[in-house]
Amino acid sequence: MNKNSEYLIERENKKYEVIIGLEVHAQVTSESKLFSQSSTKFGAEPNTQVSLVDAAFPGMLPVINEFCIEQAIKTGIGLKAKINKKSVFDRKNYFYADLPQGYQISQYKYPIVGEGKVILDMPNGQKEIGIERLHLEQDAGKSIHDIDPNNTLVDLNRSGVALMEIVSKPDLRSPDEVNVYIKKLRSIMRYLGTCDGNMQEGSLRADVNVSVRLKGETEFGTRCEIKNVNSIKFMQMAIISEANRQIDLLEEGKEIDQETRLFDTKRNETRSMRSKEDAHDYRYFPDPDLLPLEISQELIEKIKTVIPELPDEKKKRFIDKFNLSPYEATILVSDIETSNFFEEVIKKSDVKLATNWITGELFAVLNEKNLEISQSPVSAKNLSKLINLIKDGTISGKIAKTVFEQMIDGDQDPLIIVKEKGLKQESDPKAIEELINKVIENNSDKVAEYKSGKDKLFGFFVGQAMKESKGKGNPQLINKILKEKLNG
Amino acid sequence: MSDITSQSLFELTSNIKEKKLSSEEITKAFINRAEKSKKLNVYVTDNFEKAIDQSKKFDSNPNLDFKLPGIPIAVKDLFCTDGVRTTAGSKILNNFVPTYESTVTQNLWSQGAILLGKLNCDEFAMGSSNETSFFGNVQNPVGENLVPGGSSGGSSAAVAANLTPVTIGTDTGGSIRQPASFTGTVGLKPTYGSCSRYGIVAFASSLDQAGPMTKNVRDCSMLLEVISSFDQKDSTSIDYKRNHYSKELSKDIKGKKIGIPKEYRVDNMPDEIELLWKNGISYAKDCGAEIIDISLPHTNYALPTYYIVAPAEASSNLARYDGVKYGFRSPGQNLIEMYEKTRSEGFGDEVKRRIMIGTYVLSSGYYDAYYLKAQKVRQLIKKDFDDAFSKVDAILTPSTPSSAFKIGEKTNDPVSMYLNDIFTVPINLAGLPGISIPAGKDKNNYPLGLQVIGKPFDEQNILNISYALEDKINFKNDISDWWLSE
Repeated sequence: MNKNSEYLIERENKKYEVIIGLEVHAQVTSESKLFSQSSTKFGAEPNTQVSLVDAAFPGMLPVINEFCIEQAIKTGIGLKAKINKKSVFDRKNYFYADLPQGYQISQYKYPIVGEGKVILDMPNGQKEIGIERLHLEQDAGKSIHDIDPNNTLVDLNRSGVALMEIVSKPDLRSPDEVNVYIKKLRSIMRYLGTCDGNMQEGSLRADVNVSVRLKGETEFGTRCEIKNVNSIKFMQMAIISEANRQIDLLEEGKEIDQETRLFDTKRNETRSMRSKEDAHDYRYFPDPDLLPLEISQELIEKIKTVIPELPDEKKKRFIDKFNLSPYEATILVSDIETSNFFEEVIKKSDVKLATNWITGELFAVLNEKNLEISQSPVSAKNLSKLINLIKDGTISGKIAKTVFEQMIDGDQDPLIIVKEKGLKQESDPKAIEELINKVIENNSDKVAEYKSGKDKLFGFFVGQAMKESKGKGNPQLINKILKEKLNG
Repeated sequence: MSDITSQSLFELTSNIKEKKLSSEEITKAFINRAEKSKKLNVYVTDNFEKAIDQSKKFDSNPNLDFKLPGIPIAVKDLFCTDGVRTTAGSKILNNFVPTYESTVTQNLWSQGAILLGKLNCDEFAMGSSNETSFFGNVQNPVGENLVPGGSSGGSSAAVAANLTPVTIGTDTGGSIRQPASFTGTVGLKPTYGSCSRYGIVAFASSLDQAGPMTKNVRDCSMLLEVISSFDQKDSTSIDYKRNHYSKELSKDIKGKKIGIPKEYRVDNMPDEIELLWKNGISYAKDCGAEIIDISLPHTNYALPTYYIVAPAEASSNLARYDGVKYGFRSPGQNLIEMYEKTRSEGFGDEVKRRIMIGTYVLSSGYYDAYYLKAQKVRQLIKKDFDDAFSKVDAILTPSTPSSAFKIGEKTNDPVSMYLNDIFTVPINLAGLPGISIPAGKDKNNYPLGLQVIGKPFDEQNILNISYALEDKINFKNDISDWWLSE
């Protein structure tokens, strides 16, 4: 790795390295909850998606939703991780108003997925981030404190929804890496269809572990855990603020207390939630209502057959097969919708032009209008038509941009635009010759100057000829014929 | 025809099928007797009015193919019953009315039975004398001021006092078999996984099993046949082919090998229990069974193991009773205060004691020394039985180390109370089926029971052995109806 790109925080000749580990909570894409049949649909009226099991009525028992198990296995395969044939659901015991059972069913000692890895594409090369484990657990309900002045209200719609907790090794070293890591995880899960990664709806949240150490140290410093951060931007802000807080303490000769902290987004600082001494004793023990989870090799093999091509493999294919640069390939595979769009466009058009048009003009429009590619105002079909018009010389690249601007408005067919507006490129050599003759006639003084050695004037003639053709003249043809006329 | 309420389930069913009795007559007879038996305090909630309506409805179009045609049955108040208050003997569920039905009770109603009411029990099934119930202690019909055993004390008393033809209880460490033994009735705890736990208020999930409590072994086989079923709503329910227990019931136990574990000869065991056991052995021999001495070396550790595992699970299972969603709530200034007040006022002492024990043994730093070690010992206890069952078909032991004791006698001595379960607890830890049948009486004329323990899923075998022994023992419970009021 290039030394210059290292993220270090400096204090009077001293350089501190920041060590980051993430526990990402990803909501499993599933119609129903982890241990009940209630719906997981987001945004429903409070307490309308709650079964007797979710509300922990007496005598109610959890029954594993096998689809969620398959989703976790899929994700494990996507993380190149070991799938554990036997895992155990444990009870994590604590009291809270939005935790109806008085315990969360989670996996403690024996998670469903073991060690794996995620590859990050950083500007200066690739970096591998280790995955420690992935386990399944129930989400809690929501406590709402700001509706009733005297009471806390509880919404149990989320209670029992399946989460995957994906724990990274402490391999991340900068806010940028965290950004790329989260996006990569999200991308892998979206490719797999195991988590929609929608951070606004809380489908992806993370606990961020941060510690610092002097550059060159090999031991880890004392870490603090920042709970429940729900956007990449806030994760980055929290890391920077927390790392600086820890460094300030060390600089003052003070110790860092291992504790759980919360990030205050308004004040851009973390504050203590509870110290190690106050840490909950969760009294984990195997849930006696559930048998250990046994996964057969057959099931794993069956799931492997439906794993789609993932971003890393797709990127390699794009580079090998389409001769894209790693940079272009990374951009095109980063999101499954983008790569699908790209592959749709190149089914019937030129790869190089498609790459440029998607990463250039199309992305610019999406950015400007704040749209996802799935909401693209120009369909893959019409974009490939446009590219073909350029490729076969019907229109020039410049005209294409004009056409594209019109296409945005209601996904219009470029063929129709070109025809209706008469934008077809003039490629008839006789017609070109005629207009060039006209230009030469009208500028006899410039012709003389050119012939006497002022080569730079060639561009002037090209411009004049283009103008004469109202922008529709084939540039290659203009160049060729002009040269013949002027030099001949 | 004998008095309706003293008839067995088999007799009542036959009389209904032969149209000698109507469901309404039977239902009213039991209700009538219950009205005069309030002194026993067996009912927490009755369902008499609805029961009469249902019996009339049954009679208007009787389906005689049912296994329990129009038979009124009262059940332990640990089974959730749709629309009928379910308290688990606790103040914290004093006002709780489920909107759902437990699988086991549903199985009863699906075979034509009618709910008579909900029977008293120890709070959350934690107790051996029915004295921990929020609804007061139950009188044993065998003698005044005598406990009926527990936790299914209301159930055992109701069967013995002819207040229900049969009933169902739950057994976590002996809660069916010990009260059966104390009241001269039959109680069976099936193999773990035989009866669904869905809709049963949980005490200790890895040990809880529902089971039949009846006047005789034949009734027991009839009831087990109805309540035992595979249920997808309980992940620990086991899908296996269940016998047609009543049809396959047989007294022929010739050649059966019956094990006698030496470790069940505990210190200070009364002579009359020793004698009871000896008699049982000789009856078994008379029936042609082969008696084999066996060893269950880890028996001594069963009780301490049980009192770690069961409270650990209970401490977690009872966390849901927090005043937030249903049941009793004592308001507080904030969430923590509300929790503290609700649970302090809502739970009784024995329940609190076990929650504290359970919380302690699961705590960080103690988990390995207590809970984990207990789980290991549990495996050893299970292995003892596995080894024994490679040599024998069933095991015969006393059901309890003593007969019923006086109300109040042991309430201040929890350990002596826990010792009641010494012979029944290992069976729950090993997940095995066990049945207690009345086998004799002590010097006070109080009943004593013998326990037959079987291999997993071998309920038929222990029913058959019990059926044969029952015939030889010819036990008669002489109950004087001392409590009846006009």
